[in-house]
Order: sequence, then C-alpha cells, then structure tokens
Amino acid sequence: MSSILPIAFDGITYASWLFLISAGLTLIYGVMRILNVAHGSLYALGAYAACSLAGAWLGGGLPAAGSFAMLLLAAVLVGSLVGPVIERGLLQWMYGKDEVVLVLITYAVFLIMEDVIKLVWGVDSLLLPEPYALPGNLQLGGLPYPVYNVLLIALALATGLALAWALYRTRQGKLLLAVIHDREMSMAMGINVSRVYLATFAVGATLAALGGAFTAPTIAVTPGIGVEVIVLAFAVVVIGGLGSLGGAALGALLVGLVRSATVRYWPEAELFSIYAVMALVLIARPKGLFAAQEARKI
Amino acid sequence: MRASSSFGLRAGLAAFALLLAVPASLAQQPLKVGIVTFLSGPAAGPFGVPARNAAELTAELLNAGTVPAPYSQKGFGGTPIELVIIDEAGGPQKQVAEYRNLVPRVDIVIGYISSGDCLAIAPVAEEQKKLTVLFDCGTPRIFEDASYKYVFRTGPTGTMDNVSVALYLVERNPNVKSIAGLNQNYAWGQDSWADFENAMKTLKPGIEVKTSQMPKLFAGQFGAEITTLLGSGAEVIHSSMWGGDLEGLVLQGAPRGLFEKHKVVLSAGEPAINRLGTRIPDGTILGARGPFGPFAPDTDLARWLKTTYQDRYHIPPNYASFKMTQAILGVKAAYEKAKGSSNEAPDQDKIIAAFENLTFEGPGGPVKMALGKGHQAIMDAAVGTTKVEAGELKIVDIARYSADKVNPPDGVKSEVWIKSGLKK
Amino acid sequence: MKAAIVAIASLAALTALALLAPQWLVFMAMLALAKGVVVLGLLVLMRTGLVSFGQGLYFGIGAYTAALLSHHLHVADAAVMLLAGAAAAGLMAALLGLLLAGYRDIFFAMLSLAFSMILYGVLVKSAALGSTDGFNLHARTFFGVALAPGVERRVFLIAGAVCAVVVALLAHRLLGGHWGRLSTGVRDNELRVAYLGASPYRVVYVNYLIAGAMAGLGGALAALAVGHVDPEMTYWTTSGEFVFIAILGGTQSILAPFVAASIFEALRTIASQYAPNVWQMSLGLAMLAIIMFLPAGLWTLAERRRRSA
Repeated sequence: MSSILPIAFDGITYASWLFLISAGLTLIYGVMRILNVAHGSLYALGAYAACSLAGAWLGGGLPAAGSFAMLLLAAVLVGSLVGPVIERGLLQWMYGKDEVVLVLITYAVFLIMEDVIKLVWGVDSLLLPEPYALPGNLQLGGLPYPVYNVLLIALALATGLALAWALYRTRQGKLLLAVIHDREMSMAMGINVSRVYLATFAVGATLAALGGAFTAPTIAVTPGIGVEVIVLAFAVVVIGGLGSLGGAALGALLVGLVRSATVRYWPEAELFSIYAVMALVLIARPKGLFAAQEARKI
Repeated sequence: MRASSSFGLRAGLAAFALLLAVPASLAQQPLKVGIVTFLSGPAAGPFGVPARNAAELTAELLNAGTVPAPYSQKGFGGTPIELVIIDEAGGPQKQVAEYRNLVPRVDIVIGYISSGDCLAIAPVAEEQKKLTVLFDCGTPRIFEDASYKYVFRTGPTGTMDNVSVALYLVERNPNVKSIAGLNQNYAWGQDSWADFENAMKTLKPGIEVKTSQMPKLFAGQFGAEITTLLGSGAEVIHSSMWGGDLEGLVLQGAPRGLFEKHKVVLSAGEPAINRLGTRIPDGTILGARGPFGPFAPDTDLARWLKTTYQDRYHIPPNYASFKMTQAILGVKAAYEKAKGSSNEAPDQDKIIAAFENLTFEGPGGPVKMALGKGHQAIMDAAVGTTKVEAGELKIVDIARYSADKVNPPDGVKSEVWIKSGLKK
Repeated sequence: MKAAIVAIASLAALTALALLAPQWLVFMAMLALAKGVVVLGLLVLMRTGLVSFGQGLYFGIGAYTAALLSHHLHVADAAVMLLAGAAAAGLMAALLGLLLAGYRDIFFAMLSLAFSMILYGVLVKSAALGSTDGFNLHARTFFGVALAPGVERRVFLIAGAVCAVVVALLAHRLLGGHWGRLSTGVRDNELRVAYLGASPYRVVYVNYLIAGAMAGLGGALAALAVGHVDPEMTYWTTSGEFVFIAILGGTQSILAPFVAASIFEALRTIASQYAPNVWQMSLGLAMLAIIMFLPAGLWTLAERRRRSA
C-alpha cells in the first residue's frame, strides 16, 4: 500500500515529461501528416538554449527565480526561430511527398542539427541544476521528492489545457481542425493552408523545445539527448492515436505509470516496458486508443 | 531494360571508383598512428575528446622531444609520428568497416573506448596483421575468451575497478550488511554490477542485495529509480555510470538526500570531477579505472601530463587522457626496445615481441603487460573519498592496491577468480 | 532473358571483385550486398504500400542465428549459417506476420518497430550472449570445404553474390508477374482487390514473410562479413537505415537496392574519413540533396536516360 503513492507520483512525473515531448509531435502529425524525427533535435536545442540563457542569467547574479522565465524564453525562441526556418526553408517544398519520404527528410534534418549543436555547444555536458534544486523537497510517503516535479506536472497540465482551449475554443483552432479534417476543402473555402502549416510547425517546435528546456535542469545536457526522446515520443503518440491530443495525454499516463511500476517491481523489464505497452495497445486497438475514423475509399 | 542495366553498371562503377579513392596511401615518411576515439555522441565529452586531446598533445611533445625520461627521444625512436584520427561513433559494424579502411593508411592503430568495438576489432586486427593497441575498453573477455598476437591492451580491465572499491568499502565499513545497484542497462553496467556484487559476496558472505536497478543507457532521468533506492533500505549503493547519466544521477540524487542516506560508490566516477566539482556530495567513494587523474602517483611523467594538458586545454586531464597517453608511451617503449641501437626501423614482429610482457612507465605509474600471454596490462588500483575543502573538491583517504591483489592471475577468468575468493 | 544476362554479368563482376580487390573493399562490398538483400526484401513489402521500421528484427535474428550456430553449437560452415539465418528469420516472420498482415500505414511501421525493440531489449539483458558487447563468430568451412585463413571473406563475397543474384532473380520474377500486379493492387486500392476475390491479407502476409526471410539472409551475410554480432543490429536506427537505402535507390528496379547500398556505404565512409567531426551533417545534406533532386531515388537517373534515348 505504501508503495502506491511513490509509484503514482513518479509515474505521473514521467508522464508529464512524456506529454510535453509528444504533444508537439502529435499536433504536427495531425495537421501536416509529417512524423517529425527532427522533433528530437528541437528538444535538444531547447535544452541547450535553456542552459545558455538561464546560465547567463544566473551567471549575471540575477535572482534565481527568474531562471524559470529564461527556460520559457528559450523554448519560445527556439520554436519561433528554428521552427519557421525548417518549415519555410525546407518542408514547404516537400509537401505532397510520400509519408515515408517526409520521415526521411526530417531524419536528415535531425542528422544535420546533431552536428550543428555539437559545433555550437561542443561535446562537453552542460549543467543547469539551480532551478531544480531551488524549490526544495516535499515529503510523500516518507520519501523526499523535488518540488520541481510538481512544477513539471503543472506545466504539462497547463500546456495540455491551453492547447485544448486553443484548438476547440478559438477561431484559429477551428480553422486548424478544418485543415486536419480536409485539407483540400479548407483551401477551397479560403483558408490559407500554408500559413496554418507554418503556425502549426512553429507551435509544435515550441512544444518540443519547451520539453527540452524544462528537462535541462534535471539532467546533464549532452550530445545525443535528442535521439533518446524520438522513439519514446513516437511510441506515446502511436499508443494514443496519431494526431489526437487527448490520446497523447492518455498514452503518456499509461506509459509513465507502467514504467514506474516496472522499475519498482521488475527492474529487468524496464528496457522494453514501453514497447510492450505499445505492442499490446496496438494489438487490442490497431490504430491506437483515440484513432480518428477514416472513410473507406472504394 | 538495356538503358537501366547500363545505368546500373555505370552507377556500380561509380560506387567502385568512390571506394577505391578512399585510402590514399601516402609516402611512409613519419610513422602513422591511427587514433580511434569518440568525437561525437554521449561518450565524446567524458572520454573521447579528452583522449583525443591527450593524443594530440603527446604526439606533438614527443615529436618535439620534450617528454620527460625515459621518453625524451624524439618521436618513436627518432622517427616523428603523425596521427590519423577517426570517430568511434556508429557501433561495431561501422567500426569494423572503418578499421579496415584505416589499416592500409597507418602503421599502428591505437584506440577504442567501447568494449563492443574492442571485441569486434580484435579478430579483424589479427586477420589484417596490424598492431592494434586498445587503450580504454574494460571488458576482460577480450583476452579471456581468445588470444591474439597483434592486439594489446595497455589499460587495465574493468575487473579491478570493482574489486578495489569492494575492498575499500569493506575495509572502512566492516559491518556492511546490504547493498543495492544503479547501473546502466548495457554490458558495462551489467558486468560492473556483477563484479561488485560477487566481490562483496566473497568478502562478506551473507550480504543482502536489496535491489539492482538497470535504467536504459542514456536515459538521463532516474526519478523512479532513486525513489526505489531511497525506499530500499540498502546501506551502500554501487554505480558504474559515466558521462551524462552519472551527472544526472548526482544532480537528481543529491537534492533528495540519496548521498546522505546511503554510502554511494561510483566505480568510474573520476571524469565527473571536472564537470560537477563541489556538487559531488562529501563521502562519496570514487574510482578512476586505475591510478589516473587525481590518483596518479607524484612522478615527473604525471606532473608533465597534468601541467602541459592543463596549460593547453584549461582543464585537468581525466583518466581517458591518462590512458591514451599511456598507450602511446607503451607503443613507444616497445618500439624503442625493438629498435635497440640499430639505425633501421624495427619490423612489426619485433615490436610485438618487445611489447609482450613489457613493463613500462606510464603517467599513472608502472604498467605490466602481465595477462593474456603478455598482451593485457595490469596496474595498481586506487580508490578515494570525496571531500569539499575550502570550496574545492578534494579526494581524501586514498588507498592503493597492488596490481596483483586486484587482478586475477594469468589464465584465470575474472568472474571465476572473484567468485572463488579473490585468491592469488 | 535480359534479366539472366544482367544476373550473369553482375555475378561475374562481383566474382572478379572478390578475387582481385583489396581486403577492405571486399569487406565493404560484402556489407553492401548484405544490406542490399535486406532492402530488396523491403522493396517486395513496399510493393504493397507498407514500410517496416522493424526489419532490424529479422536482420538481427539472421545474424544471431548464424553466430549462435558457430559459438554454441560449433557449426563452422558458412552455408549452413546462411540458410539457418534465413530460415529462422522466415519462421519468426511467419509467426508475427499473422498479426502484422492486418495492419496498415504508420501502424504497421510502428508495430514492427515495437517488435524489433523488444528483441533488442531481450538481447541487451542476455548476459550469456554478451549483452550490448555481442560476441564473435568464425566460419571456417563452406559446404564442408575448409577455407584458408585470409581468403574466407573473398569466398563469402562470392557466396553472398550468388545469394544476392538468386534472390534478386526470384524477386524479379515474383514482382514482374501476377503477384507483383496483385501487390500493387493492394497498395492502390485494397478494397477493390478484395471485391475482385483476392485476399489482401494473404498478399501482405506472403510479402512480409519474404521480406523477413531476406532480412535474415542479409543479417547472416553481415555477421559473416563483420565476424561479430551485437544488439545494435536490431535497434531502430538500423531498421531506419534500410528504409533510407530503399528510398535512396528508388523502388522501381531490382538492382536499385544494391547500387544504393554501395553508394550509402561509400558515402558514410568518405564522410567519416574526411569530415570526422561533421560526418552526420554531411550524410544528412547528401540525403536531402538526393530527395530533392532525384525524387524517385537514384533510379530517376535511369528513367531520365531512357526517356532521352
């Protein structure tokens, strides 16, 4: 009984992180039908930018609480600068290609960005532990947990709610839903699809960078952190049903809880727990938990 | 079909021509030394780049003849050396391909950090008859499962890392009753934990193993694992983590009191000193995979490496740097022994004969090529405890263990030796 | 007939390469052939419109089967290893295919990826198989004939060439005939194929089985070439590489996978030798250039020539 609370808290913390890294991916896929491998590099870029910005902030002797604002700023900067560069500079010429070719294009972007990051920041790890240690610990079931984890959970919740509100309650969001539903019809109705794509990619990139920026204080930011999140995010998105925001949330929660229970009771299986969940979900529901119904073409 | 088949032929020829163009064999003036080390990926920061820096520094200073005795002769026996550096990233399959491409371009190969790469390269070196010196990888399987003529390893195996920390731990906590592990889920992590667990069981029969956590390599986040360890009640936590994972463990574990509640043993923790400094909590037991870095004995050679490296790269050399320099100096020692007083360059077989069972002085102290029929080095081991003094991280209470106390005798497998009582 | 001429010419060229080329080139040619065989299998599968991001599963099974035969059962015959590798992978594909043949699009890709990653996890946890370090294998005979040290890889290259030519001819026959048109039908409109009385499930299943067995053969070939196996062979990046080579070559020709695999190997080697610090970037830029300027893969060049001729 006493172990349920720790498992739940660790699981939800991990799920929040998973949701942050996969929300952008599912959004981009839903609108643009691109399985964006470069999502991993945007995540890494967010983490590196956060280290530089917050590091400079703290190095300048400014109040430590402000470093949280720097994390946000890093995400927004990466999303609004690098995102549009990739979309306008490359992807917009590629629409209409096969989905697999688009995956490879984003994979090429990923490879290029790996070396760009290395050239800019070097191969040594960057550390930004202050924001993580700053809020202190809380006690849960007799064990100390960092309050930062609570912040992470709150951030994931806020991000999810804001996205849902923007999608379903605003005019822009409804236009986006129209494009998701039927691209050609939306164009015929006068929606500027090209602009919708640009905005979507920028938002998706910001979300990836946000995940990276808020992970940076908990880890050592090293080359290769991007590649680790790609398959994780893919798995979460597929479990939830591609293009579904609610699906990503549920998928993240499922994977997070299963993982933390596995770590506790069967640590040997941690390595493939997420893939086992993915295989089982797909066997039970071939298109993920929240799959959109597709019309049959005859 | 005709057009496309002729295209196929042309494309094939083009690919063939590209392949042929790769190894441009140059005139054999200086001795060419291939250096293989991680230049990209997660192992580049803690190991690969410090090792490459050490290789470049050592080669340059050897050619200038400014290395202290007994290495004051220029280059290798008077012949200057030139490095050809390639990236170790990409896995064993790619490395075998790169090694085969490298062989015609160089006289000697020094390299390899990953044990998987070492295992894959060793038989190829034998087939290619190219003197190949492994400098860092840890698995004892290389010379325990096979024997080689052309392959040497100048760094000690991972066995002594974990045996020495177990000895150190039991000497200081004779009443230790329970241990737990947090190791990366791949061969290095699994082997290190098995060695430590078995050594502890040999030294303290009946010791209880509370949990063995094996998170995915490069996972970086260990929240759930730390929770389990905190709740496990184990007195000692062993970890062989390195690089970003190790730094993540310290950053996430220290604020949660992991290092206060438990005695933490970091068997390969030394490279993290330069990164984390005073963030490593006091009382952490630290190993350096040998007498390297802060554990190096106070010799001319160690001082030379520390000062010249610090001057050039503005950071102290870590164990990967020490081991790279050690490998180059080992080859130099063998080369010069083989050359003797003759004016001609020794052939490869002579160098190999001189290398076998050689004892030479490295920046970490004496290196004996004692195992694997004279191809595998053993060295003294050193373990210490961290303590922050005057705002600086110091290693205190350093204990040294002589090489034959922490390594198996030749011909005995490490695992068997540890389980059967660590006997001479 | 023309196919036979091309086959004989390729075989002759590869045999000449095996006998005359330096060792490192023999090795690279062998690796390219091994990957070419895997990619050719992927091509058969792609004819039905499905892409597997998990061919590493069968590549790994083929390689590990060959290596285990050598390491634990002391079978040292290369021919036995190749056949066993293909058979073991085919068996696994026959089993998983029952499930996967019902999946389409990205779900097919991701489920196949999940299976390959589960095998990866199992291999990493298998200390007896060396975990991530893997282990070495040695093949000393070929059809019972002992091989002198140093010539093994030349013999393996010829064996690999024979395997590749045989599977290429089979694939050529299969895709050029009724089955190939049926596969294309499944890709274009599965429902119509079903209404016409054929079973799309069966088409996908059989093509998946073929792709799996060929990946197993490729894995065994690669294991013989490298002399070492490790779990990286089943990792998703390996599977991704196969898909990349398939797209690089284009899906129009049986020869394309082999040409593309050779070019890929050469590109990667040149990039890592001459730009060791930015080889990933070089590779990425080369990939982008090919996708942009040769939208149907390298075979676009052939098509252009044919049209202009």
